Amino acid sequence: MSLIRLEKRPAPSRLFSALTPLMAVVATMIAGGIMFAILGANPLEAIRTIFWDPLFDPQFGPYSRPQLLVKAGPLILIATGLALGFRAGIWNIGAEGQYIMGAVVGAGAGLALYPSESPLLFPLMVLAGALGGWAWAMIPAILKTRFGTNEILVSLMLVYVAENILASVSSGLLRNPDGMGFPGSRNFRRDFPAASNTEIIENTGMHWGVVAAFIAVILAYVLMSRHKMGFAIRLAGEAPRAARFAGVSPTRLIIFCLGTAGALAGLAGLFEVTGPAGQISIDFNSGYGFTAIIVAFLGRLNPIGILLAGLLMALTYIGGELAQLMLGMPAAAIQLFQGMLLFFLLAMDVFANYRIRIGTPEVAK
Amino acid sequence: MKTVTKLLAGAALAVGLAGMAQAESHGEPVKAGFIYVGPVGDGGWTYEHDQGRLAVEEEFGDMVETVYQENVPEGADAERAITQMALSGADIIFTTSFGYMDPTIAVAEKFPDVKFEHATGYKTADNVSVYSARFYEGRAVQGHIAGNLTESNIIGYIGSFPIPEVIRGINSAYIHAKKVNPDVQFKIVWAYTWFDPAKEADAAKALIEQGADVILQHTDSTAPQAAAQEAGNVYTFGQASDMSEYAPMPRVSSIIDNWAPYYIERVKAVMDGTWESTNTWDGIGPGMVGIGEITDAVPAEVKAEAEALRDAIGAGEYHPFTGPLNKQDGSAWLGEGETADDGTLAGMNFYVEGIEGEIPN
Repeated sequence: MSLIRLEKRPAPSRLFSALTPLMAVVATMIAGGIMFAILGANPLEAIRTIFWDPLFDPQFGPYSRPQLLVKAGPLILIATGLALGFRAGIWNIGAEGQYIMGAVVGAGAGLALYPSESPLLFPLMVLAGALGGWAWAMIPAILKTRFGTNEILVSLMLVYVAENILASVSSGLLRNPDGMGFPGSRNFRRDFPAASNTEIIENTGMHWGVVAAFIAVILAYVLMSRHKMGFAIRLAGEAPRAARFAGVSPTRLIIFCLGTAGALAGLAGLFEVTGPAGQISIDFNSGYGFTAIIVAFLGRLNPIGILLAGLLMALTYIGGELAQLMLGMPAAAIQLFQGMLLFFLLAMDVFANYRIRIGTPEVAK
Repeated sequence: MKTVTKLLAGAALAVGLAGMAQAESHGEPVKAGFIYVGPVGDGGWTYEHDQGRLAVEEEFGDMVETVYQENVPEGADAERAITQMALSGADIIFTTSFGYMDPTIAVAEKFPDVKFEHATGYKTADNVSVYSARFYEGRAVQGHIAGNLTESNIIGYIGSFPIPEVIRGINSAYIHAKKVNPDVQFKIVWAYTWFDPAKEADAAKALIEQGADVILQHTDSTAPQAAAQEAGNVYTFGQASDMSEYAPMPRVSSIIDNWAPYYIERVKAVMDGTWESTNTWDGIGPGMVGIGEITDAVPAEVKAEAEALRDAIGAGEYHPFTGPLNKQDGSAWLGEGETADDGTLAGMNFYVEGIEGEIPN
């Protein structure tokens, strides 16, 4: 007879749902601090470097504060789209592939028109980017609705296909003709200003992708709380049978959720390739599509939560880089630290779903 | 708004630069930073750059401080990593992978007083030098040994990316394997990675299954060596690093990148105030490319020939790309006794005659 028991709550606790992300951050700080101590660093200094210095250090802050937006922008944009599907029980794991295809199609559209200076060029590329991501997401969507394939596997496998397409166009179709045979496209920021995603206000990190991320968060919030589609998504996720009785069409839901997520991931890719990354290159994708899955769950699949989670994740990335640089921490320790964050978040979910009882159970009535 | 932020940024930069100038005048150590594409423990490319960093520390002791950041992706993150390193007060920053080229140039524009050194690229600026090694010289020695060792006459080659540096290596190895073994055939697999032990092992296994009994690699992990060891009668060569833990079999020799002399020289130049933007492409002669010990698994006379070839290249008596040589499509490239010029080599995007398959694009 154990003294501590878990008792399932009839419904997840709202208080704990809101509190667990904070508890997870604190637990990560403690466990991470122990790890840093074992590695021979001062744990308080390490935690301060990761969470405080990127924001307030006089040496790095002015540069890394805007960088937080640059890093968080694509994460938020992708995670917002993914969360719609996750809420409905549609598991798009292949956002990385949709992100790549958005970048390839969008950048390709722009490069095809080089050296155009038309003001319509960039909007056209944005459209092409969204379309590229959308089309890539339609493959698992249609395979699922038509043939009942598993969207987790199909979307994930398509990431590898997209990576190979990226490698191929970097060293072939989209290769910079002035690049002496080296792989990689023209650099948008350096060679093709009309097609580049520049900062809207200088030194703020605020580029069009960040703006798009904020708009996506607002629209997703409205959709989920005010729109019929949002209701259908929530119903399908929480009570699939009830949803069917209520006349929610699974096919429409799958097409909508995967399509939206794909389009947003494609947009993120386009804004990244024309902005911070600057060019299509073989290693252009750096895992945003996968990290966004963590961000979506860290933000509890809620648009506002995702906004905060994206910023937090960006903070750990940039702070982690500073910890490497200033304290000589190995990169693996930083990844471990980020892994802890997700682990603790999932572990803390216990508190949201279960009540903890101390003492012996009462005799069953 | 724009002007205000510009002014502020300018002021911040000025204050930062003034602070840095002050630090130097107080006789503080020179700070050398290194940006690595892989982990320092990769046993190959990044490992050797880090050995170079440690050699700088050893050489200058308290007069130098080094910092590094590993696993820096070659996309948007590189520019931030380099900027942060410059902000942390680095005086000279080595960016050690091709993909850091545009980010390095972009950061260098913002930090005119910091010196930048970019490995394997081609874009220079007043404060950006480029440096690379003539690995193809080592490939010639490798090809000579490989052509002699193979019994199946199939040599497997794990390519990383289809870029000039890798294509040069394939051509050089092929030319010298063919010289000693006219029946030799190259099977080339593109891994599209510099460092991914799982992918590299798969590539090695696939090549072995296709009959290759010598594996050359242009990727940085020891996974192909392990795969060859498991398969038995397969020979390999260490890449970037000596990989001597796999000697005498399967690893029979290696190409070692030795960045230490160059790094020491460049850091010294910053200390003395004599640093200038340069374009360095050194080979076996100056010691940037080393040939690891040729083991006894190689017959003695082949070993002697290989060493003679190495010495001839090092002394500048022999150029690995000496005509007559044709391109893959049969068109003439180099006439009798003609040697390739550096411009063609730097942008090499064709196979020489005899290699099968196409360069992917």
